[in-house]
Amino acid sequence: MSQFPALIITVPLLAALLIAAADRLNPRLCFPMAVAALAVSLFSSTGLLFLVLKNTVVQYRLGGWAPPFGIEYRVDHLNAIILVLISAVAFLNLLASKKKVEQDFPGKVGAFYALYVLFATGLAGIVVTGDAFNLYVLLEVTALTGYAMIGMGKGHAPLASLNYVFMGTIGASFYLLGIGYLYLTTGSLNMADLATLLPQIYDSKVVLFAFLFCLIGLFIKMAFFPMHAWLPNAYSYSPSAASGLIAPLTTKVMIYVMIRIALYVFTPTFSFANLTINAVLVWLAVVAIVVASVLALAQRSLTRMLSYIIIAEVGYMVGGFWLGNKAGMTGAILHIINDAAMTLCLFLAVGNILFMIKDDKFADLKGIIRKMPFSMAAFIVGALSIIGVPPTCGFFSKWYLIKAGLAADHYGFVAALLFSSLVNVILFFRIIEIGYFEPVSGPESPHHHGKTKNPVMEAPLGMLIPLAISAVMLVVLGLYTSTIVTHVIRFAIPSG
Amino acid sequence: MDEIISFVVSKYNYWAFIILMMIGLYAMIAKKNLVKKIIGMSIFQTAIILFYVSSGAKKNATLPIIEHGHGETPHPILAVDYINPLPHVLMLTAIVVSVATLGVALALAIRVYHQYGTLEEDEIHSQINGK
Repeated sequence: MSQFPALIITVPLLAALLIAAADRLNPRLCFPMAVAALAVSLFSSTGLLFLVLKNTVVQYRLGGWAPPFGIEYRVDHLNAIILVLISAVAFLNLLASKKKVEQDFPGKVGAFYALYVLFATGLAGIVVTGDAFNLYVLLEVTALTGYAMIGMGKGHAPLASLNYVFMGTIGASFYLLGIGYLYLTTGSLNMADLATLLPQIYDSKVVLFAFLFCLIGLFIKMAFFPMHAWLPNAYSYSPSAASGLIAPLTTKVMIYVMIRIALYVFTPTFSFANLTINAVLVWLAVVAIVVASVLALAQRSLTRMLSYIIIAEVGYMVGGFWLGNKAGMTGAILHIINDAAMTLCLFLAVGNILFMIKDDKFADLKGIIRKMPFSMAAFIVGALSIIGVPPTCGFFSKWYLIKAGLAADHYGFVAALLFSSLVNVILFFRIIEIGYFEPVSGPESPHHHGKTKNPVMEAPLGMLIPLAISAVMLVVLGLYTSTIVTHVIRFAIPSG
Repeated sequence: MDEIISFVVSKYNYWAFIILMMIGLYAMIAKKNLVKKIIGMSIFQTAIILFYVSSGAKKNATLPIIEHGHGETPHPILAVDYINPLPHVLMLTAIVVSVATLGVALALAIRVYHQYGTLEEDEIHSQINGK
């Protein structure tokens, strides 16, 4: 029980090494080992969430060193729920990935699973740690494994990954520089310690620049609008087994880090009242949402379209958070959870399509709903959630965000949200139209002998079940929104 | 004028790191050759390492190893006499990270070269668009 925070990190970390070693003995061992490691991670994070619900904050001292000097893992309401989210998404996508990995990387299965588990470890570490420098190291663990997984993809993947390396390194280095400024002025790297030391020197310019450097670094990493150019290529060329992990989680975890730094390393009064950059950031978010939605309309393949939708969703969360009122922060945190769930559902569905059809250009999707009815049914649930149709979870977080925009009298943000919802309607109904009404073309098309039209070629069951779970989760998360908000998120936001 | 000069000279370590950082950033943005970009990235990261390391230095201070053993009487330990080791230790980790980044970047560059037969960005783009 008391070792949960350490187990989340150490078990998958060691497992990643063992998986790489086991690959030499018998590649078949790799998948069960990865599943077992992430299952332990999921179990521990769920246990931690229940502990946090009872005791508010769980602190774990690595090696028994007391906090300002040693590294501390600190779990409160904000990161407990995000830990569960990360381990659940990583676990579900792993279950779905077995066949895809065997198809995509024959002979490299062990390497892929080792990277996969290491990536999940890094993300969980970023969320669980209470030390600002430790966060940088785990940020780079995540980033490096992410570059490697994306680089394993087909087509222009190596080039896309290399561009991501450049942008990601600039982002992480800016964060490191910001942390360096904080260390020079306070002599501490522990987040809780920084929060008590910083208020006395808030008028120092060094502290101001530390904050801005951290923020800019994170904006690059989360692909916030002017710094988003690396994302579409990196995500659309990445192998589908990896994009189901990277796409739902990376940007969301970076938004969590932004919230953590703005609220718990600096105080809300500094981040919002002293700085007055929040108005600029909300308008940037408005531009992000509108531009990304329009660019999504111009795409001709599914993953690229989804990549631009992710950029728009980053705008939702950044904008909602920097509106600065309670509803906005609730909406932003709730949307981290919901957006990760719906992106997972969509990317799993696209993964199934890629597995069966080998391509996701719109031209290849003709008749797809008849061909793969179950995968597409889940895809449509995910699409409805992105659009924001009531029983699914996407509606509720969008509702909070719109309420926050109205409460702050920020009609530009409200208009951007509504505009993006309308664009999403067009985007997804276009897919449904292509998939349902247009006749099947291509080599399988039955234009001779008058054989049965549109044979069903659904993805294997092992890929359908995780997809079905993720689709059901969208509705379950939607129905339990009020529980999540009153029991978890309400405590994650500092009063005032 | 004297004030400006003394301001520049007294903080020379910061100027060095800023100049190095800008050289690295310039190479990453403006150079067309992928390996030159990778070199720029390396310079950029090294500049930040230099910033941390120089921040630990003190005048008239020595290595943070406490010398009293073998029967010597213990004497009071003053932080002023020792340079701050923590930034150096942090940078050991950061150096490992930057070496790993360099390795991944070079590995990707090799794959890019095998795929397109060149490392010049504009030639690669004309190949991609020409297809």
